[in-house]
Amino acid sequence: MIKARVTVTLKNGVLDPQGKAIEGALGALGFDGIGQVRQGKVFDLQLETADKAKAEADLKAMCEKLLANTVIENYSISLA
Amino acid sequence: MKSAVVQLPGLNRDRDMIAALTKISGKAPVTVWQTETEIPDVDLIVIPGGFSYGDYLRCGAIAARMPVMQAIKAKAEQGVRVLGVCNGFQILVEAGLLPGALMRNASLKFVCREVKLEVVNPETAFTRAYAKGQVIRTPVAHHDGNYFADAETLKTIEGNGQVVFRYAEGTNPNGSINDIAGVMNAKGNVLGMMPHPENLIEVAHGGSDGRGIFASALDVIAA
Repeated sequence: MIKARVTVTLKNGVLDPQGKAIEGALGALGFDGIGQVRQGKVFDLQLETADKAKAEADLKAMCEKLLANTVIENYSISLA
Repeated sequence: MKSAVVQLPGLNRDRDMIAALTKISGKAPVTVWQTETEIPDVDLIVIPGGFSYGDYLRCGAIAARMPVMQAIKAKAEQGVRVLGVCNGFQILVEAGLLPGALMRNASLKFVCREVKLEVVNPETAFTRAYAKGQVIRTPVAHHDGNYFADAETLKTIEGNGQVVFRYAEGTNPNGSINDIAGVMNAKGNVLGMMPHPENLIEVAHGGSDGRGIFASALDVIAA
């Protein structure tokens, strides 16, 4: 079994109103010097295979087809 | 003209849409469940609004991968008219049938109110009942209607007349780029819009400004 983590983040230049709101809230809590906050998503997956190359190929397809909207989001894949 | 309304778990505007299509065309639409792989022979397919799959992952993302969407894609390629309203619009962009993406409202708030819409392109199968630049009223009710497209896509859709509706008179409720409220595909047979024209079609609604969209798409514009 392979454990994988997929991280999905907004592309540069895409406005992130939720990140902005979090940035404001952190400032209100007294945390100074925050340049920017961008919110993203993390998916932890367990794949029933031992083949790392296949796992990576499958994960890439999952990201392209469902986990990320590549119009506005980037994704990265890491295997444990 | 015959129409169909797509039904998916979590959509809740289907009954309003069925009522609107029935009243305007005189014929009840057929309903198509998400698992169906073939769509009956119709002239207009409507994906109504709601919260398909609880808006999990991204609004419309899971619905867009259901079997019925492959059937809708095939029909759209044949030239059948497809209209997506609200969550239906989100599903169409997630399915790649329309350009761009719909993001969380800039205010981060769910907005439920009436807005003004400018008919930017009246030369479409969906807007022939209106005049260019005409401003109509329509209700909106959404949390993720903030239309986004990259600079290149934006240039293309603006240049091709694919921007069909814009929020007018400072009523943009969600921060959408260029005040875009509705876009169509390059071929002109698939339209997505955030506002709900089906909720403004008769006196009991307080107006009938939305009627023209269905009258156009169903070829029943009054002479």
